[in-house]
Amino acid sequence: MGCKLCGPKLSLCGLVLSVWGIIQLTLMGVFYYIRAVALLEDLPFDEKNPPHSIEDFVIEVEKGYTLNAQNCWIAALLYLITLVVSGHQFWLNNRSSVSM
Amino acid sequence: MGSLFRSEEMTLCQLFLQSEAAYACVSELGELGLVQFRDLNPDVNAFQRKFVNEVRRCDEMERKLRYLEKEIRRDGIPMLEIPGECPEAPQPREMIDLEATFEKLENELREVNQNAEALKRNYLELTELKHILRKTQVFFDEHEGGANTTESMTRALISDDPNRHMGHVQLGLRDKQESLEFLPCFVAGVILRERIPAFERMLWRACRGNVFLRQAEIDTPLEDPSSSDQVYKSVFIIFFQGDQLKTRVKKICEGFRATLYPCPESPADRREMAMGVMTRIEDLNTVLGQTQDHRHRVLVAAAKNIKNWFVKVRKIKAIYHTLNLFNLDVTQKCLIAECWVPALDMETIQLALRRGTERSGSSVPPILNRMETIEDPPTYNRTNKFTSAFQHLIYAYGVATYREVNPAPYTVITFPFLFAVMFGDLGHGAIMAAFGFWMCYKEKPLQAKKIDSEIWNIFFGGRYIILLMGLFSMYTGLIYNDIFSKSLNIFGSSWRNNYDGSTLQSNQLLQLNPDSNDYLQYPYPFGIDPVWQLAEANKIIFMNGYKMKISIIIGVFHMLFGVCLSLWNHLYFKRRISIYVEFIPQILFLSLLFFYMVLLMFIKWTTYGATPGHFGSQDPDIVKTSAFCAPSILITFINMMLFKHDKNTRPQCDDFMFSGQMFIQKLFVIVALLCVPIMLFGKPYFIMREQKQRARQGHQPVEGNAENGTAGGAPVPASGHHDEEITEVFIHQAIHTIEFVLGSVSHTASYLRLWALSLAHAQLAEVAWNMLLRKGLMSNDYQGGIFLYVVFAGWAAISVSILVLMEGLSAFLHTLRLHWVEFQSKFYGGEGYLFQPFSFEIILDSAGQAEE
Repeated sequence: MGCKLCGPKLSLCGLVLSVWGIIQLTLMGVFYYIRAVALLEDLPFDEKNPPHSIEDFVIEVEKGYTLNAQNCWIAALLYLITLVVSGHQFWLNNRSSVSM
Repeated sequence: MGSLFRSEEMTLCQLFLQSEAAYACVSELGELGLVQFRDLNPDVNAFQRKFVNEVRRCDEMERKLRYLEKEIRRDGIPMLEIPGECPEAPQPREMIDLEATFEKLENELREVNQNAEALKRNYLELTELKHILRKTQVFFDEHEGGANTTESMTRALISDDPNRHMGHVQLGLRDKQESLEFLPCFVAGVILRERIPAFERMLWRACRGNVFLRQAEIDTPLEDPSSSDQVYKSVFIIFFQGDQLKTRVKKICEGFRATLYPCPESPADRREMAMGVMTRIEDLNTVLGQTQDHRHRVLVAAAKNIKNWFVKVRKIKAIYHTLNLFNLDVTQKCLIAECWVPALDMETIQLALRRGTERSGSSVPPILNRMETIEDPPTYNRTNKFTSAFQHLIYAYGVATYREVNPAPYTVITFPFLFAVMFGDLGHGAIMAAFGFWMCYKEKPLQAKKIDSEIWNIFFGGRYIILLMGLFSMYTGLIYNDIFSKSLNIFGSSWRNNYDGSTLQSNQLLQLNPDSNDYLQYPYPFGIDPVWQLAEANKIIFMNGYKMKISIIIGVFHMLFGVCLSLWNHLYFKRRISIYVEFIPQILFLSLLFFYMVLLMFIKWTTYGATPGHFGSQDPDIVKTSAFCAPSILITFINMMLFKHDKNTRPQCDDFMFSGQMFIQKLFVIVALLCVPIMLFGKPYFIMREQKQRARQGHQPVEGNAENGTAGGAPVPASGHHDEEITEVFIHQAIHTIEFVLGSVSHTASYLRLWALSLAHAQLAEVAWNMLLRKGLMSNDYQGGIFLYVVFAGWAAISVSILVLMEGLSAFLHTLRLHWVEFQSKFYGGEGYLFQPFSFEIILDSAGQAEE
């Protein structure tokens, strides 16, 4: 069942990439969620109207942390799908090579 | 014992083998792979040796096998290879059987091939004829209606090219009578398609435009029977008149290698002929199929055994080659061999020889006899799969002199460590370690696969090095607190922000002062404090200072260790003089100058800093030990070499780091400089004195030898003409000394590459993160997730290809250099030659590789 879309190398590449992606993006999501200071530089900022007070800034940063945490998890989820797809492809490739 | 620390002890042995037992014994030794035979008749050329006939027969067999293999490959039949099962070298009498088998197979195959080729040629001719009939039919059919062929043909000419053949046109149309007399002949044939234009031009010119050519392409490619290539051809038909033209046209056709076929003129004949051709083609097809089947059966049967046969033939050949190295006894009853043998393996070799004798049924046991020799034995380091990769790194520089200290065991740790200092990143290290671990974990299946890509084999050969490098990089990554250029705050930073809101808001850059409550006064428990990642203004400055000092400290210890290893060499080779005039001055020179500098670094680190409870105090005692008064180590060191002393520009601070510093420094430099003449003249002086003594007392060569050794490759002066020899020793010693003195300066500086590469790696990782991954994290809504998904893939690709592969390679090369030049130059001669045992395993491996 299922059609073979990619060859053995591409599927292996997808497999490795998605495992890496899942691990790293999930962890990054967690770090964003717990407001890791190291990731402060990687927050979306509105350059045109910078916050005027400390409170505004904190709100902005909090918003950024939550948003980025979610974005990371979304990307991790997408990699989960990639993992399933490329895993399936890999299995198809392997099976066909064994039957040969 | 201790084979890892120096090479095995080797003995030269003489081996007496009975002629009939020799074959079996050598075969057993080949399986064992622990004996290196010496060529006892180097003057005899390859054709005058005893077993040249057998070797030639083996070559012949191998040729036949290669022919078979080629045929098997051509048919795409898989060749079976049973892993782990390796046939023993067959008895000499089996050789005749093997020969007969191969002969039969080869002949059979050749015959089948010949027949197949003949059949195919036949088939090709028929197919071409079929095409001719079909295509010419089209020419003729296009102008159906004429009563006779010639007319229709002429019409075909007319309609096709009226301008060129105006004369014919008129003739053909106007007067039927004339046209009958004017009977154009024609020939039809087949020619390679690419030759058509030249062919056409040639015809036109040679016949002055009096012939007419028509051609049509054959769509399906035809198989050339001799080369079995697929070729494209065209059918042509040429009309002309008269015999002269006919011969001319035929000659041209011959010249262009066109094949001509008879083509009947009347349509009925043609049809009949076409029918005949079709039936013959069908018959041929069945015959061809049967021939192919037969060939396939023969090849499948051969494919089952071919690897096995290859192994057998190669083993026989190797044995006879080895036997050719032996000397024949005068009585022709026994063969004499000389071989290098590891002293520890004498027992195993004796056992193997006994097995060989039993197998051959001979009653006289072989004799293995130790010999005394002054020749340098080969270097043999026993390795396992873990140490062999490291040993090869050392061998790549030079094979150790016999029984010299082997740097490989230390390299096992220092190599990955120095690499990791340059490659320090937890993330990249983890990727490398994962790759290395996978290769080690899947070792057996990957080995069985026998992938013959060169790059893969390099990686796979170094799998343990890669694994260790990865693990060590993870460790240094933790120390540098770098994971893909980000820091991990595991234990909680020791720095606090004590600025209030308004200050924070109004300032672009603010400093956290360690001499205040900003710093908790106890360091981060492990590695660099994560807060440094956010210190954009002075992170690099801080890291540079730290990494440079670390590099120098590591380098000085590495070099000192190398010099210490030279002591082991001197002790082992009993070069007493070298200890006094080489080792001791060298180690003094290195420690008084460079180790002292390392000590200064530690003094600086421990002496200067904040005093808790007295932050910002102006008390002179406290100021003197504060970071404000910390001196520059580099300037201090340079001043020390120049015997100079600058007044401290800061009046509050002391001029010296500790009392008596100036005196100690002067003393150190003077002592270090005094070491230089000792290194330079010490050894030649002692050698000269000894020679004089010897000359006075007569010759004592044995004792002299033990005293001087052959240090550093300097030849032991022979008393006959020692004047030349002594100058040679002088020159050699001068080179050696200059190399060491200048080397210790430049090598110390060379270790700064640890810092430079580490800085480059950290910066590159940061650039990759900022330029790529950050872009994916900068969107203001949830589409950012999808964007991040794409950007992450790009960042991952860059990380692996540039940061792990390229940077890893460059760090690897720099580590290699640090080991070869900076470390090994202190003790390693590398002037030996490798022990190359006679081993079937190695022979078969190399033969298999050459084949691919």
